[in-house]
Amino acid sequence: MSPVLSIENLSIDYLAETTVHAVREVSLTLERGEILGLAGESGCGKSTLAYAITRLLKPPAQITSGRVVFSSREGYDVDLSRLAGDDLRAFRWDKIAMVFQGAMNSLNPVLRISEQLEDVFITHRPELTKAERRIRSGELLERVGVDRNRLRAYPHELSGGMRQRVMIAMALALEPQVLIMDEPTTALDVVVQREILLEITRLRAELGFAVIFITHDLPLLLEISDRIAVMRAGLIVELDDALTLYTKPKHPYTRRLLSSFPSLTGERGGFVRSGDLGDLDGTELDETEQTVEAVEMESR
Amino acid sequence: MSVLEMREMVKEYRLREGLRTTRLRAVDNVSFELTPGRTIALVGQSGSGKSTIAKLLMQLERPTSGSILVDGEPMQYRGARAAAYRKAVQMVFQDPFGSLNPYHTIGHHLARPVTLHHPDFTREQVDERVLELLRRVRLDEDYVGRKPHELSGGQRQRVAIARALAPEPAILVADEPVSMLDVSIRLGVLNLLAALQREENLGVLYITHDLATARHFSDEIMVLYHGAVVEHGSADDVILNPQHEYTQLLAEASPAPERRLAELGH
Repeated sequence: MSPVLSIENLSIDYLAETTVHAVREVSLTLERGEILGLAGESGCGKSTLAYAITRLLKPPAQITSGRVVFSSREGYDVDLSRLAGDDLRAFRWDKIAMVFQGAMNSLNPVLRISEQLEDVFITHRPELTKAERRIRSGELLERVGVDRNRLRAYPHELSGGMRQRVMIAMALALEPQVLIMDEPTTALDVVVQREILLEITRLRAELGFAVIFITHDLPLLLEISDRIAVMRAGLIVELDDALTLYTKPKHPYTRRLLSSFPSLTGERGGFVRSGDLGDLDGTELDETEQTVEAVEMESR
Repeated sequence: MSVLEMREMVKEYRLREGLRTTRLRAVDNVSFELTPGRTIALVGQSGSGKSTIAKLLMQLERPTSGSILVDGEPMQYRGARAAAYRKAVQMVFQDPFGSLNPYHTIGHHLARPVTLHHPDFTREQVDERVLELLRRVRLDEDYVGRKPHELSGGQRQRVAIARALAPEPAILVADEPVSMLDVSIRLGVLNLLAALQREENLGVLYITHDLATARHFSDEIMVLYHGAVVEHGSADDVILNPQHEYTQLLAEASPAPERRLAELGH
């Protein structure tokens, strides 16, 4: 199978007062139809990487080396760093779409859901008539399990889980080949989270897109991903299929991440209710990582 | 004060829809008892009434019916007994980024509750107490002069815990204290809470939707569904052998990698 996306030696710096190396020579391939998990703590550069793939980085962030190549299903390759202007605009969302972090708050509160969904079609499929757009939007909502009647609703009339589904519908509007999801289920409770995850797995089987799933919740990734990359301080420290990563983690950081989740049914792991405290600061961010986090937040 | 009891608590909210009003029963006949040194976890989905129970305990909401008893005596909303109650029941909030004032130093955040609850303290005594609080949550003394933005999420939450401990409470209500923190520091903060609980013999109400930490951090678990307690028992019983179908649903929905990896492995 040929990869749909290959990232080669990608480095990204934030040119702040002190230059911060947010992503350092990352190489990754994403196979067609695969779910690739990207795990790491805040400030490790995982969101920066995602933004770089969709070319959404703004100064002071700068890609200093490497490239991202997208190989389309139709058999041509596109070097994303070469795209500019209208080509880039047409490419984005059509081939690679993204579900953003805190997606529930990224809907425009003063526009109806229908207007926000149809906006995608107006931009990318100008040949569609108004009636066709309406029908396509309705189909999209139903595909993610939201009733067609909700097209007329405003975002505040929907629950968090439903807003999240609308965001996923929006990302799927043009049937992209790659979907990047940045913490799509944080802030949702476990039951809604489970529904959304099942939805994503079902839609992937149906539509055959590949997913880059970014989160810090490693148990969640272990459940849904085919392969998992663990990121720390801009580097990918370990990349393996889910089973191997869980049963034979090689890097000490992966082991530490795994042990920081108490298991629901099994042992207590690193959790001590009556023992000694250990090293409280052991896993806190170091100075450079904190800066990356600060710059990332600023640039949003 | 040693035992806090919530008895047959009901809280209803009036919802208005145009001219019609409906009633929403947010807390439906909930009873439990918080005793020193024990932790009760309150789990449930968003909207199940977890935070309303916390608000009722913190006197931020008045019950529709039912009562809160302190050592068998009804809780007061006014007077000296109310002041004593507010000193004895403290809360740690979910969001360490929102619960600290960016304008004030860490020292100020800790000195306020100390002076409020000990008006007779001299400035030296207050300063001494602030430093002691910082040490209790394993923060260096030089954090006194820092502002919240200079601290990481885990450090901020530890300041919030120190602030809750300042009035020397008997009961601590922790509303999702680690859900906003990075995974690798969650355990550290929970372990710290557990250690402080042991040192001070605190009764803790741990509100969460994470069943895994609820199981390992608590003695008892109460499962809340639409405001009513559908299951209440010892932590291991509720998680490993859930009786009510809603508890089973919650347990099913929680990420449990072993399940899928077992499928992958064979």
